[in-house]
Amino acid sequence: MITFSPRDKVSKNWIIIGPALSIFLTVFFGLLIFAFLGYDPLETLYQIFISPFSRIDRVSDIFVKACPLIIIGIGLMLCFRANVWNIGAEGQFIMGTLLAGSFALLFPNVETKLLIFIMIFIGFLGGALWAFIPAILKTKLNVNEILVSLMLVYVAMLFIDFIVRGPLRDPMSFGFPLSKPYPEGALVNKISFPGIGFLGQLHYGILFIILLIPFSWIFMNKTLSGFKINVLGAAPKAARFAGFNQNAVTISVLIISGGLAGVAGVIEVSANIGQLQPEVSFGYGFTAIIVAFLGRLNPLGILFAGIIIATVKLGADNAQMSMGIPKVVTGLFEGILLFFLLTGETLQKYKIRWSKVRK
Amino acid sequence: MVEGKKIMEALILTIIATSIPLLLAATGELITEKSGILNLGVEGMMLSGAVGALGAVLWLENPYFGIIAGALSGIFMASIFSIFTINFMTNQVATGLGLTIFATGLTGLAGAPLIGKTIPSLPKIEIFLLSDIPLVGDILFKQDLIAYLSIAIIIFITYFLKYSKPGVVLRAVGDDHQSAHSVGYPVKKIRWYATCFGGMCAGIGGAYIPLVLTPHWSEGMTAGRGWIALALVVFASWIPWRVIVGALIFGGITIAQLVGQARGWPIPSQLLSMMPYIATIIALTVISGKLSKNNNVVPSSLGKPFFDSQ
Repeated sequence: MITFSPRDKVSKNWIIIGPALSIFLTVFFGLLIFAFLGYDPLETLYQIFISPFSRIDRVSDIFVKACPLIIIGIGLMLCFRANVWNIGAEGQFIMGTLLAGSFALLFPNVETKLLIFIMIFIGFLGGALWAFIPAILKTKLNVNEILVSLMLVYVAMLFIDFIVRGPLRDPMSFGFPLSKPYPEGALVNKISFPGIGFLGQLHYGILFIILLIPFSWIFMNKTLSGFKINVLGAAPKAARFAGFNQNAVTISVLIISGGLAGVAGVIEVSANIGQLQPEVSFGYGFTAIIVAFLGRLNPLGILFAGIIIATVKLGADNAQMSMGIPKVVTGLFEGILLFFLLTGETLQKYKIRWSKVRK
Repeated sequence: MVEGKKIMEALILTIIATSIPLLLAATGELITEKSGILNLGVEGMMLSGAVGALGAVLWLENPYFGIIAGALSGIFMASIFSIFTINFMTNQVATGLGLTIFATGLTGLAGAPLIGKTIPSLPKIEIFLLSDIPLVGDILFKQDLIAYLSIAIIIFITYFLKYSKPGVVLRAVGDDHQSAHSVGYPVKKIRWYATCFGGMCAGIGGAYIPLVLTPHWSEGMTAGRGWIALALVVFASWIPWRVIVGALIFGGITIAQLVGQARGWPIPSQLLSMMPYIATIIALTVISGKLSKNNNVVPSSLGKPFFDSQ
């Protein structure tokens, strides 16, 4: 019989051991399940975890795939730290993309890259507005933000489907549900390295992450607003006692995370798709929840977590092509990983004891 | 006239069929939540129930094994959730999300070989004499086993929570786990049972989808029903019979938009398909406004991890 006893101090060792052990155990259990279902575990292991590193252009594609995950993950970090459960980032991603994309399509001949900067701003606005719905319902009427933000994902998916098949369909698309292509000014270009050329799909959107990570670290650790978010999440009673306005924090973190999800959508679509289509997100908004937790709700951690999860996603694509394993298996790994990570968090605060007495 | 009556009857039967998965999943979650556990993995447990039922029926060629397999799959998923949240005291919201993500992956993998195969649907059972009652007979007493079962569960739950001693203990555990523990009730054990009961109901609810509604597998075939079931528990303010009302309303809305699409209403089909989700948000808003005034409805320990210092 296992029992727990509280530690005097949060274990520093477990902060590092926890995620590392979690990843190890996840791989172990994942392979066990694959073996059980009749797939060759070693081949799966190679395809999912090693094959994405096998060529330099594949490695750069990991960063491309990680880009939206990290941007959304940083936003979710703010929410989760404040104990606000935004799980509708997928919908905020879609609405940001849709609003910014519709704007870009108004200017079919614009070549100046000023347009993409305006789109990023509009994308932020679109995502923020979509997240404002659960924010206002939560703070004014105490409506559960988990369910509202999630329901709005379905609404957003249907809405973009309607817009792309209806008002924004390109008459020249031969019946495919696609908008007109974005103008040149709305595209995020691939980076051309002097002497090497392009590295896979690596694009300038990466620069946004390079700015976002230190900025969000400073925000969380060095500003009063960041401090308020932390206190509110960790000790809501203390926060109320200190006179922090809980509703203001709830609304702000939802708006910022929704906005960032919108920005992630704009960058992703402008870099990789270049027009609007019914499906723009492929579950980034949900995967980013795992990224935020794997990154232990801190910016640098989220950077690494984004890279790890993106590797698994690309690996799953490879496994699908070469072994016929359905792509959704990434969910299997993500789920198990989350279970172990959360257990690790318990072990930070409690010691395990094995006792023979049964109660 | 006869034609119109037939259409009306068919419509009501479809609404009932659509609401049964919601009804079962929501009832199960209601009991789980009454014990103080918030399991957001309902969608995942329903998916597992669906794939379990499909697999079992294809293998054993008898739709009734689908019900058992659905129940067992749901219980299996609920036990994973229980190990982590009850024994390892993990965050219930995050673990529940994890469960749904995990189940989406697992069922995608397990369901892949089932794609393209169709199963026989669950037979209707006519209840002797009662099914001959004009008007209601055909609707209420020519249903399948799961439909009868779900009503039996609701009646049982109502009695259980209100009048039985274990029901009172369950509520006590959900309202104040520390006090319940100090009086000597096994908080963790009770929560394990309640969560597994929730898993069983969600599993059967999920099984109903391939057994009655669409007889073949497609990835993510529960289409958000698990989340709507979670909303239904709030909508019902944790009172069992109100779950029936809520489930029928949502079944009605879902069918209304389908009828609208089939009849060619001048509203784009996507906007019609949004209706159940928007209705959920509206219902939550209306009920939550009322609930915040009357705070003793929500189980007080809901979602809080319980640490027993021994």
